[in-house]
Amino acid sequence: MATSTAELPESTRDKSLTVRIIPFVDRYGALLLVGVMGFVSYLLEPDVFLTWGNISNIFRQISFNAILAIGEFIVIVTAGIDLSVGSVLALAMMTTAVMTRDGYPLPLLIVAPFIVGIASGIVNGLGLTKLHLPHPFIMTLGTLNIARGLTNLISGGVPISGLPDAVRWMGASDIRIFNLDVPVSIFVIAITYFIVWIFLQHTRTGRHIYAIGGNPQAARVSGINVDRTLVLAYALCGMLAGFSGLLLAGRTNSGFPNAGLGQELDAISAVIIGGASFFGGRGTVLGVFAGALVIGLMRNVLNLHNVPVFWQQVLIGVVIIAVVYLDVLRRRAGSANA
Amino acid sequence: MSEMIPILEARGISKYFGAVTALENVNLRLMPGEVLGVVGDNGAGKSTLMKILAGLYQPSKGELLAQGQPVHFRSPKDARDRGIEMVYQELALAGNLRIDENIFLGREQMRRLWGVVPLVDHTANAARAQEHLDKLRIRVKSVRQRVEELSGGQRQAVAIARATAFDARVVIMDEPTAALAIKEVGKVLDLVKDLKNHGIGVIFISHRLDDIFYVCDRVMALFHGRNFAEAPLGQSSRNEVIGWIMGNKTGTGIKPAADLN
Repeated sequence: MATSTAELPESTRDKSLTVRIIPFVDRYGALLLVGVMGFVSYLLEPDVFLTWGNISNIFRQISFNAILAIGEFIVIVTAGIDLSVGSVLALAMMTTAVMTRDGYPLPLLIVAPFIVGIASGIVNGLGLTKLHLPHPFIMTLGTLNIARGLTNLISGGVPISGLPDAVRWMGASDIRIFNLDVPVSIFVIAITYFIVWIFLQHTRTGRHIYAIGGNPQAARVSGINVDRTLVLAYALCGMLAGFSGLLLAGRTNSGFPNAGLGQELDAISAVIIGGASFFGGRGTVLGVFAGALVIGLMRNVLNLHNVPVFWQQVLIGVVIIAVVYLDVLRRRAGSANA
Repeated sequence: MSEMIPILEARGISKYFGAVTALENVNLRLMPGEVLGVVGDNGAGKSTLMKILAGLYQPSKGELLAQGQPVHFRSPKDARDRGIEMVYQELALAGNLRIDENIFLGREQMRRLWGVVPLVDHTANAARAQEHLDKLRIRVKSVRQRVEELSGGQRQAVAIARATAFDARVVIMDEPTAALAIKEVGKVLDLVKDLKNHGIGVIFISHRLDDIFYVCDRVMALFHGRNFAEAPLGQSSRNEVIGWIMGNKTGTGIKPAADLN
């Protein structure tokens, strides 16, 4: 009896320490990772890394992956996955490029990639919910190929260059604030992320997306229309992929058939590094931003060091495994103390 | 006179799944403020009957009456609109969401940003959730905790709070104590008594006769998908009820039910 009371305070203290740390890591873990990455980058490249030119370049580079990733995130929160985003990006980009070549008016050029994206997403969502294909992996693997094929069909398989100034402005220009040239991409990312954050945290549908990811059975018996919500999630993901295609078209002033090839994997990586769970219901918008930024920082510092792009791939793979493993350790520690 | 009308009645309910008969001509009556225990062996049809009452399944034959009115439930929402709520065996809560979000899932109070954009009013929902938990004397650290941080008993309490958050007249509980630690069982059972005192009718499925005898006013037994026996608890003994579950009415509870096969 005496020994057990003597032990009690110590174990309580340990518990409360873990209890205090875990939510903190939960919320800011990905940002800590950004901080560490930034610091390492700075140590490696003290002359270049913190220059405004380099920083704005990072944001310009991550912009289209960041937009792709936030769409992917919505789907991953439902415990789904969308492999088609890279191809949908290419299809949307090419649609805009082809329409520019054929002389369509500007408003149509800007709306078209969104419509292409929404349509692709609806196809994904309906395939999942109405055809009852066993896993979104299958459906979106199908649309990955379909969208890539269509991209080549509408363009004849060749790049098409030349886009209107307004599109190029969004993807490649700067806005001068005081004496800094701030890339338009930063504002695009900030506004998009803010809207998605409002949507997921503060709208009914957004909360239902989290509920479906947490426990689809609970969502169903609560009267949530699970199928409709899923279709909407995939449509939003597609729409953001289309938007991303528009940005990339603006940045490169062209549409090219290989755009976004394999990009779905970078988008998924950003989401996972940002702390979201493949099992759904978990993750934050801020985390996704941090995840996209971590990948961007890594690419940046490796480029500055002239590390070949193939090694970059190897390192990103290592980081994904390491981050998810840390997450596993953290959860294990968390549940042991629960 | 209105006291005599059951808040929920099932008449001649049958349910077939293909060639399998899950329920055959089952009747059930529940009065306001009554706790009805439903017992039966695995596969006796208890859960199927409850899912029909809660609108999750549609009966193949028979009719349901709520306050004496014939009703047809095509979904749990239809049943819920008539004040019939179910606390699911598998604890239909989303662990990644907060307590208040779980209580109001699908029925969130909204506000309008700039009079246009409909947003979930998290502040109002949290306040209402707290108020409702206080009414049921359920204590949690904060309604903003995630459900996965709660103990099994607390989760069950949240599930019950969820079922009673909107003027429930009937609460159906399928094995609400099965997954709980002993000391939490008592809290859930007291909660059931509280519901009864609020005039809510409760249908209580359990394998634990201790629980049945502690909270129920009346007990009915299903056997092979049929009504088998029924009695007010004061007029039956534990052994008799055990016998019903095993399919005999001799009251010993140990006689093998070989003659029924």
